Amino acid sequence: MDQPLTTAAAPELKPADQRLAVASQWRLMWWSFRRHRLAMLGGIIVLFLYLVAAVPGFFAMNEPGRQNARAVFHPPQALHWIDTAEDGSWRFRPHVQAMRMVRDPVTLAPSFRPDGTRKIYLTFFARGYEHNLVGLVPSTTHLLGPENPRDQVYLLGADRLGRCVYSRMMVAAQTSLLIGLAGVFLSLVIGLLLGGISGYYGGRIDFFVQRVIEFVLSLPTIPIWLALAAALPQNWPPERIYLTITVILSLVGWAQLARVVRGRFLSLRTEDFVTAARLDGVSEKRIIFRHMLPSFASHIIASVTLAIPAMILAETALSFLGLGLQPPVISWGVLLREAQNIRSIATAPWLFAPGGAVVLAVLALNFLGDGLRDAADPYQK
Amino acid sequence: MTDDLALDIQDLHVSFPTRAGLVRAVDGVSLSLVRGKTTCVVGESGSGKSVTARAILQIIDPPGRITGGRILLRREGEPELDVATLGPRSRAIRELRGHDIAMIFQEPMSSLSPVHRIGDQIGEAVRLHLGVSRREARSRAAELLAQVEIPDPRNAIDRYTFEFSGGMRQRAMIAMALACNPSILIADEPTTALDVTTQAEILDLLRRLQDARGMTMMFITHDMGVVAEIAHDVVVMERGQVRERGPVHTLFADPRDAYTRMLLGNVTKLESPSAIRLARPSRPIGPPVLSLRDVEMRFGGRKGLFRRGGAEVRAVDGISLDVRAGETLGVVGESGSGKTTLGRCILRVLDPTGGAIDYRRRDGSVIDLVNAENDALRAARREIRMVFQDPFASLNPRMTVAQIVGEPLLVNGLARGAVLQGKVASLLERVGIDPNSAERYPHAFSGGQRQRIGIARALALSPRVIVADEPTSALDVSIRARTLDLLLELQDELDLALILISHDISVIRYMCDRVAVMHRGRVVETGETIQVCDDPQHAYTKALLSAVPRPDPTARRMHLRHRYTSA
Repeated sequence: MDQPLTTAAAPELKPADQRLAVASQWRLMWWSFRRHRLAMLGGIIVLFLYLVAAVPGFFAMNEPGRQNARAVFHPPQALHWIDTAEDGSWRFRPHVQAMRMVRDPVTLAPSFRPDGTRKIYLTFFARGYEHNLVGLVPSTTHLLGPENPRDQVYLLGADRLGRCVYSRMMVAAQTSLLIGLAGVFLSLVIGLLLGGISGYYGGRIDFFVQRVIEFVLSLPTIPIWLALAAALPQNWPPERIYLTITVILSLVGWAQLARVVRGRFLSLRTEDFVTAARLDGVSEKRIIFRHMLPSFASHIIASVTLAIPAMILAETALSFLGLGLQPPVISWGVLLREAQNIRSIATAPWLFAPGGAVVLAVLALNFLGDGLRDAADPYQK
Repeated sequence: MTDDLALDIQDLHVSFPTRAGLVRAVDGVSLSLVRGKTTCVVGESGSGKSVTARAILQIIDPPGRITGGRILLRREGEPELDVATLGPRSRAIRELRGHDIAMIFQEPMSSLSPVHRIGDQIGEAVRLHLGVSRREARSRAAELLAQVEIPDPRNAIDRYTFEFSGGMRQRAMIAMALACNPSILIADEPTTALDVTTQAEILDLLRRLQDARGMTMMFITHDMGVVAEIAHDVVVMERGQVRERGPVHTLFADPRDAYTRMLLGNVTKLESPSAIRLARPSRPIGPPVLSLRDVEMRFGGRKGLFRRGGAEVRAVDGISLDVRAGETLGVVGESGSGKTTLGRCILRVLDPTGGAIDYRRRDGSVIDLVNAENDALRAARREIRMVFQDPFASLNPRMTVAQIVGEPLLVNGLARGAVLQGKVASLLERVGIDPNSAERYPHAFSGGQRQRIGIARALALSPRVIVADEPTSALDVSIRARTLDLLLELQDELDLALILISHDISVIRYMCDRVAVMHRGRVVETGETIQVCDDPQHAYTKALLSAVPRPDPTARRMHLRHRYTSA
């Protein structure tokens, strides 16, 4: 601005500023998100979890439904990476200590002892049971498995039917994480539509939609879920139950999102640049999609990320209570049902492992969502 | 000489660590406040004047902190104290705040608590520092409110902030600052958020209080007119450094520093009509392009099933005006006068509730904008364009400059592809923006450059009328005159009719051929700018004009101003 009027003001920028000058909204968001360490960590964990959800069979070790009478309440086997030979030399070779079941001669209660010094060696990309990658490509490769396919390894122990908890947890991740995603997606569609209509048109329509939202938010969620879930016929196939549970979860979830969308619309509607666009002769459709939507897309993504954990928790709660998904479908909530009684706490605490997975997923998603929310408006001061 | 100093700042440094590195907001500032005098610290935004003031009370916003220098406080009968060494949360600094040094802030809305009664807020300071009873504090509060000339103080102490107008709040704020008889009063832009007539009253009040109490005052402002009106000594700051300091008469008569000269030059330039305008040949006056007839805009008052009808507000209350082709019409008024609403009615951002706005198109046909719909309205909006007040809010931050300027051409189907790019480049060049920076986003530009981009967008459709709503009020003085010159040049070139809405009489005088003075939704006076400015007829216009501080310390006349009390 310091040049006289007649010459074009061409501010000379340093390379860093030059980069900043042409940086779009998403790039600015990424720069500010990157500085948020905890959110970055959360993002990496979330990415990993959804990778597991995409190809759970690859991460699993044993067939999740396979029962083994000789491995009932098998304790977890610690994974060792370095194999030390008797002469003191060592090399990288993952292995676990082999276990053997012995029965108490009097009570006949089974217990597990280390099987001498026998080690079960593990290998990467091992052959194992057949599973489908992304539900499509058949494969027998697993990330980690025993060198000898006849050996059984229980990294997180086994349950009362001798099923591998670790493998079941991996497969359950798919159900639990995807139900969160699907439920939020459905909520988002309803929320965007109703919130958008409400915020854009205002007036009577807004009044009506707001009262509906308030009504939905006033419903006590757990009893409603219980009632709806209990109403599901027991003889439905698992897929249909899965779908219906998703719909039930999102019926309540959309209201919060609709409020966020409406608020954004209302505040943007009076922004000067939207008025300017209207005066430029821009059509309503273009105003919404070219001017308003990009301005709150980032906020929506952040809200969605923060809504997924609620969905996961809701599914877990329902399934834990036995009203959500039913076996043979496996979700983290279904797995936690195994840990419902006092006996499991006393004898097999590893059955709580799926709870750890829930905590990890919810925390990671919350951190990620927080980071996204902070980065969502790179223009605020 | 040094005995006269109430506060002596020596080589003060304040820095803010940011991700781009250390920002030296205050970079080696030395200044001193003479006891019993007013020292004005003047500078544009970002000059570090507010940070300096905040450093004295140790209330710099984190992460900023004092990194060097001394702030020596000299109280009568007490040893010298270096305030810079006190911790921001220490008992010592808390005892100073309010008791020895008090501060008034810019925003009277946010610096008073909305949930406490005025009297309680003032009383709190009294009770904290003087340790008097609740009852005594209350009577002291009433006394203070009387001193700042709030009518009916006994009643006013039990009111809440929101029941007060902006000027009243600022008075209450001053009363609070004076509660413990501070020896030094720091006023950080105390009148910037206020209307000129209110500003005049507050300045008047501050000066009388200072005289009566022998207080030392540090007055921070960006307005040279205010400086001329109130200062004894002046300190000019730029980018965290002191440019020049000296007694006000010397500084105004004989500025040494180039920056001071530039500041003064820009202000005095706005004291008279623009050279561009004076150099114009007198043009034939054509028929009006726009004629407003009894335009009315009412808000509220509607009743609904769940809504109680509130009081109706007549923001625009029967306005009739003509705008002739190629002329500049100024609309001047204080906040709440309805001038912005009027501008928005012309563009039909708001739908007027009554009257007619006749727009004469190029082909001579006349359409009434109040009733125009769809195509007719779109066509009219192509020829009548708007420049917004806030250059930050009016450009979509998510679009590049090329997209912003090109959008009106694109959506109206006037250009696309390479033709569009070429047009955008020439528009940017026309307003003084390098076309090579068209791919940048608005955040890469300063306020003045953004306003030029906004002007380029308005020009894109070759308009005949531009409504400019306070186009320069968000800009620094040094950029203001240049932006106005640009508008005048464009007017000459494109034969534009300009409607310039402003609260600033100097901008109007600089720019406008004719002026309409608005007060409470009505036009109280219209006429040639020179005539209205030199010989105002209406009492309100007189009050408005005489309240404007002139950048001339030899002609102080605030206390001689006209006062207008509307019926």
